[in-house]
Amino acid sequence: MKRNGEPEIRVGFYVCHCGHNIANTVDCAAVARYAATLPGVALARDYKYMCSDPGQELLRQDIQEHRLNRIIVASCSPLLHEHTFREATRKGGLNPFFFHMVNIREHAAWVHTDRREATAKAQALVHAAVRRVAHHQALQTKRAPIHPAVLVVGGGIAGIHAALTLADAGKQVFLVEREPSLGGHMARFDKTFPTLDCAACILTPKMSRVGSHPHITLWTYAEVAKVEGYVGNYEVTVRHKPRYVDASRCVGCQDCIKACIYKEPKFPDTFNAGLSKRKPVYLPFPQATPQVVVIDPETCIQVKTGKCKQTCLEACVDRRAIDFTQRETLERVTVGAIIVATGFKTFDASRAPAYGYGVYPNVYTALEVERLVNASGPTGGAIVLRDGRQPERVGIIHCVGSRDEKTNRWCSRVCCMYALKLAHLIKERTGAEVFNFYIDLRTPGKGYDEFYGQLLEEGVQFIRGRVGEVTDWAFMPEEEGHLVIRVEDTLAGYVRRIPVDMVVLAVGLEPQADAQAVRRLFNMSCGGEGFFLERHPKLAPVNTFTEGVFLAGCCQGPKDIPDTVAQAGAAAAEALVLLDRGYLEQEPNTAFVLEDCSGCKSCLPLCPYRAITIAPETERAVINEALCKGCGTCVASCPSGSIGQNLFTDQELFSEIEGLLAPAAAT
Amino acid sequence: MDSHAPPAPAPWTPRIVAFFCTWCTYTAADLAGVSRLKYAPNARVIRVMCSGRVDPQFVLEALAQGADGVLIGGCHPGDCHYVEGNHKLLRRFQLLQRLLTDLGLERERVRLEWISAAEGDKVRWAINDMVETLKPLGPLNLPGQQQAWDRELARRAENPEPAPDGPPPGPTAPIPSPL
Repeated sequence: MKRNGEPEIRVGFYVCHCGHNIANTVDCAAVARYAATLPGVALARDYKYMCSDPGQELLRQDIQEHRLNRIIVASCSPLLHEHTFREATRKGGLNPFFFHMVNIREHAAWVHTDRREATAKAQALVHAAVRRVAHHQALQTKRAPIHPAVLVVGGGIAGIHAALTLADAGKQVFLVEREPSLGGHMARFDKTFPTLDCAACILTPKMSRVGSHPHITLWTYAEVAKVEGYVGNYEVTVRHKPRYVDASRCVGCQDCIKACIYKEPKFPDTFNAGLSKRKPVYLPFPQATPQVVVIDPETCIQVKTGKCKQTCLEACVDRRAIDFTQRETLERVTVGAIIVATGFKTFDASRAPAYGYGVYPNVYTALEVERLVNASGPTGGAIVLRDGRQPERVGIIHCVGSRDEKTNRWCSRVCCMYALKLAHLIKERTGAEVFNFYIDLRTPGKGYDEFYGQLLEEGVQFIRGRVGEVTDWAFMPEEEGHLVIRVEDTLAGYVRRIPVDMVVLAVGLEPQADAQAVRRLFNMSCGGEGFFLERHPKLAPVNTFTEGVFLAGCCQGPKDIPDTVAQAGAAAAEALVLLDRGYLEQEPNTAFVLEDCSGCKSCLPLCPYRAITIAPETERAVINEALCKGCGTCVASCPSGSIGQNLFTDQELFSEIEGLLAPAAAT
Repeated sequence: MDSHAPPAPAPWTPRIVAFFCTWCTYTAADLAGVSRLKYAPNARVIRVMCSGRVDPQFVLEALAQGADGVLIGGCHPGDCHYVEGNHKLLRRFQLLQRLLTDLGLERERVRLEWISAAEGDKVRWAINDMVETLKPLGPLNLPGQQQAWDRELARRAENPEPAPDGPPPGPTAPIPSPL
């Protein structure tokens, strides 16, 4: 195949077996034989692993020995290995954009069962590629600068760790937290499994480091309102909610709380899961970072009606930190990368009505019990029932809102271990008899199974079976005045009724209620269960499909603290790679205007990046390459066909269509 | 039954050209692969950066080249990686579908699906469902029809006067398929 004025097209074609992955369903040798018959193909090979070093080396040598000027590899998805083979093509001395990839693994071998049909489909895809590459042009990647700052969204342990890692590397970090204090869920835990470290003792030093770090700008009680721009240059708008307290003046003396017109705390304390009360002006918890009080607009009389005596203002008269004139403000920052660490919410136990949460006062969620066992919690660490009695028998029900067809299908990963931790703490503090009702005990982690072994020795009881119901309907005298857990003990093989004083529901982890809105904000994807989707489950676990947006912690899926910290470190490292390189190689798939543009301007409103303008001297459209993101919408819409797109020219796509439907490939 | 009879030719199944946007639907098709979902082998995918790149001419060309149907897959409205390329496609698609139905094509032959990167199962469903929808419609065979029209034109150029007892001229005359 020869085109006017250009050297003869010599295509090197490679089909990869991918071990057995492709070769089991697609006859790779037949695909190579077929490719060899197509016009322009100078060489066709099948090879076991094209992505391996020898595979890439083969490609490199062939380019030189056989004077190849186009390369096609039929293997896995281009989203996985296009970069690898482009690089190998470049090493062979060819412009990397003379390479094209055919996806016969994800799109053929893995999704079809009939070998003949899968092979025919692979051949059609190969034919399309052979037609297409003839039109490929040498292209150069562009370099765009990267703004050396990072936005971290979420101030739980994931966000804290990522922010500190980046700030310690000297990068400017903006940390946005929705709540009035850093800490997230971890700040509410008493101990952490399996080492029984005090959660506050390992978390609060990190929180105060964030608060005082010279490279971290901490914005609590704030939310990301808008994200514009693209990797390297994200323009982020942050909404500061009014806390009615000037954070720069408040020293956390809490005199205002004492002086509040409400003499006694009256409103549920959300930090303590509603187990204690707080006033409208409050400090979220003793170690809150920043140490700045906040006024709850829902309950403060002054904010609601403007008719309070404002005793808090009088108490703060020398510092004048309380400011009822505060309004919502917006602030804009430019960052090169974004780390999303927005965490999770726990399963709402009232969605599993058989367990009696919200019906029987002595049915608790695990998070409530975390606060009960915490020394700074509502009872000062005393594990007591709502009537003040100490429980003598406690039942912990596993998998509430996890591994359940009726609610959530997934395993929440942490519940088994935190249930064991609570069992240990309850037994240690109260001497109560503790029963765990489990489906399977999942303790895969360093020291986790040993912890389970330790609990067995301590005499904690384990009953295998999904609990049918929790009831106060007593059948026997010993059940009177107790809650009864009815369960089929699947190891003993009969239904048991276990009377207890306290029921703890090991609730699972769910995506945040506003995960869909956050997903849209950052242009991410969600998996079927609603957690944010990573780019690749194994090879890009902290990347998203949006360049420069990374994931850390439970917003990506349930995980424990060690995994969260590891992932946050990985996300910080990925952001650092971007920032430290200082520039970004951009895919050269931008659009360009051809000679015969009539200047009709119909493309102008189609471009979401305002990359198209009309040049006054020629009255033709011009596309700003730096602004064009390469979607191709203007190309498809130009009435005179006067816009082209690199890598996706009309010629390339038309010849792909032709190749796909070529008679020889028909079955 | 005669055991020496030649094997029956494989029954006709539709050929579908699919245009998938790289960020959502193409990724979903990859996910279907990684999840080892099984679906009909009739659709062949062309990757574009955005469904907004799908020019109506691509659809017409695919049909003219012998496709029995065209499937376009893009991100859900509001989720487009390029803000609203999928909305731009939607406008074009509705016009195109009107044009095609006016030309006498069944509207099922051209189909648009919003499939997010997480919906591997929807890729399987969309392709299987389209194959099942196209089967009763039979082959479109535009290339064959075009050849027949060409031959008819050539015949009329040679014989300007149609035979008096021949079929009446005009576009409504049934033209036998040459294939």
